[in-house]
Amino acid sequence: MTEALLEVKDLKTYFHTENGVVPSVDGVSFSIKKGETIAVVGESGSGKSVTSLSIMGLVGSPGKIVDGKILFEGKDLTTISNRDMRKLRGNEIAMIFQEPLTSLNPLFTVGNQISESIKLHQKASKEEAKVKSIEMLRKVGIPRPEKVYSSYPHMLSGGMRQRVMIAMALSCNPKLLIADEPTTALDVTIQAQILQLMRNLIHENDTSIMLITHDLGVVAEMVDTVIVMYAGQVVEYTDVYTIFKEPKHPYTKGLLDSTPKIHELKDELQSIEGTVPAPGTITKGCRFQTRCPLATSKCFSEEPELKEIRPNHQVRCWLHEEGEVAI
Amino acid sequence: MGKYLIRRLLQVIPVLFIISFVVFCLVFVAGDPVALMLPEDASQEDIELLRESLGLNEPFHIQYFTYMLGLVQLDFGDSFRYNQSALPIVLERLPATLELAIAAMIIAIVIAIPFGIWSATKKNSPVDFLATGGAVLWKAMPNFWLGIMLILLFSVTLGWFPVSGRGDLSHLVLPAITLGTGIAAEMTRLIRSSMLEILNQDYIRTAKSKGIRNFFVINKHAFRNALIPVVTITALQTSTLVGGTLVTETVFSWPGLGQLLIQAVNTRDMAIVQASVFVIAFIVILMNLIADILYKILDPRIKY
Repeated sequence: MTEALLEVKDLKTYFHTENGVVPSVDGVSFSIKKGETIAVVGESGSGKSVTSLSIMGLVGSPGKIVDGKILFEGKDLTTISNRDMRKLRGNEIAMIFQEPLTSLNPLFTVGNQISESIKLHQKASKEEAKVKSIEMLRKVGIPRPEKVYSSYPHMLSGGMRQRVMIAMALSCNPKLLIADEPTTALDVTIQAQILQLMRNLIHENDTSIMLITHDLGVVAEMVDTVIVMYAGQVVEYTDVYTIFKEPKHPYTKGLLDSTPKIHELKDELQSIEGTVPAPGTITKGCRFQTRCPLATSKCFSEEPELKEIRPNHQVRCWLHEEGEVAI
Repeated sequence: MGKYLIRRLLQVIPVLFIISFVVFCLVFVAGDPVALMLPEDASQEDIELLRESLGLNEPFHIQYFTYMLGLVQLDFGDSFRYNQSALPIVLERLPATLELAIAAMIIAIVIAIPFGIWSATKKNSPVDFLATGGAVLWKAMPNFWLGIMLILLFSVTLGWFPVSGRGDLSHLVLPAITLGTGIAAEMTRLIRSSMLEILNQDYIRTAKSKGIRNFFVINKHAFRNALIPVVTITALQTSTLVGGTLVTETVFSWPGLGQLLIQAVNTRDMAIVQASVFVIAFIVILMNLIADILYKILDPRIKY
């Protein structure tokens, strides 16, 4: 668990729109070790998905990686050729998307779509790919995989489709799996099954996972390390125990407080007032200033740096400038 | 599939019934055929005699019944001009029209598919601008004008192709281009917008995330999805195609159904008009039926 599989250094992905430049991801750095599971947490619009698409090299126009490095096993993905990137995609780095309902092509059979990447990356023949696809379908707990192999996506339930997506993503034994809110569109019992399934498969293959979510329950259950993102930046970065026990950023605290807890009886669920500011609208000071209950005048004038307040715990907040304080 | 086909074929019957009624009514809106058939100085007696022999003195519903009785035996009556049964004359012209229509469709598809895909994948590039701008320009050109211009340039000035008539392949080139490029213009726009929508779908992102080459993402995953609306609208466009053949055939003296129909309208040869319109309507219905079947082959989500 020592060697870094993926290292993202000061990544900046900007969207060049008609209304100006939108910095969706603005100087994000983190790393994922082999076999590690990290979660990227934050509200909609915090830049989680754009970060993952940047790693996959799938940021579409008008978005562009303008600065930073994405090192995968030492290779910088921002500079390699399209051809080399394609060899990694679906092979060494695979991705599962949020919407299993729309993420599978409706006009091709499940089998066709799974065996496509097996044929491509493992140079397998049609028959070999079919055998492997059916084996993958069985692995992800699909009953009668031979039948599902020749089914079309619309014939399957949401949970089944997400299993198919997982089978597809894991079919080439990727070293890194990026899962962009894999359980958001599913109902709770199916969520638990899918998470359990992912956990089992990962342990089998020592796959690293980057889990994008806004579900802190999923985080507590699955991950080793947590990155909290806000308005395109990392605001807190530490291990999962510390996040839940001693969150140091007011935003992280707000997120935790707005999660319902089973042993607390409350009339009203706490929430963070307001919404994430549109990228690029706050140009001075801390980006959380407008919603922070603890903001001081300094927060409105100067932007805080991401600072290591103790080993393996980074926070972007002026409160901890002079050393750690309890919030 | 078989069940669906039978159901779909049964739907054709009421449509044909309505068309037959409309076709029958054509006679009543087109003016008095007797006045046209007889010389101007014909006596009132002669007029009455002819009227009687043609059954035009019968009440509306009797005439309709007689007409329908003929229709179920595929008899539209005799042509005034040719003095023969109308339907065989019409069917004799059909191959020429089909030849032109198919050639035009091939030209349209060969132009529209690559340009439609190309301009969608290179949105807002010079290629896209050229394809969409060209399509608007081409669509704005009336068929008869384009036909005449092509004749002037390629037949009269350069002498590459014959001016008119039907014969070997060289006769087909200019009329097919005239008709086909107009359809291509519309189809290019349609494929472009359809592709643009599909390229934004989640499953296209999934395909890319698997490391598939862009060429296959576009031509396998996206294009097949984009084809569904294109097939539907192309089938609906068959009527436009038929309208186009009327004009094009007249410009190029192409001995097809369109030319026959226009001549028949001019001479108020109502049996020919009725038979032609009926045949054309039948072709349109047939094309839509084929589209529905294609639709099923393309999209497994449609229930049988």
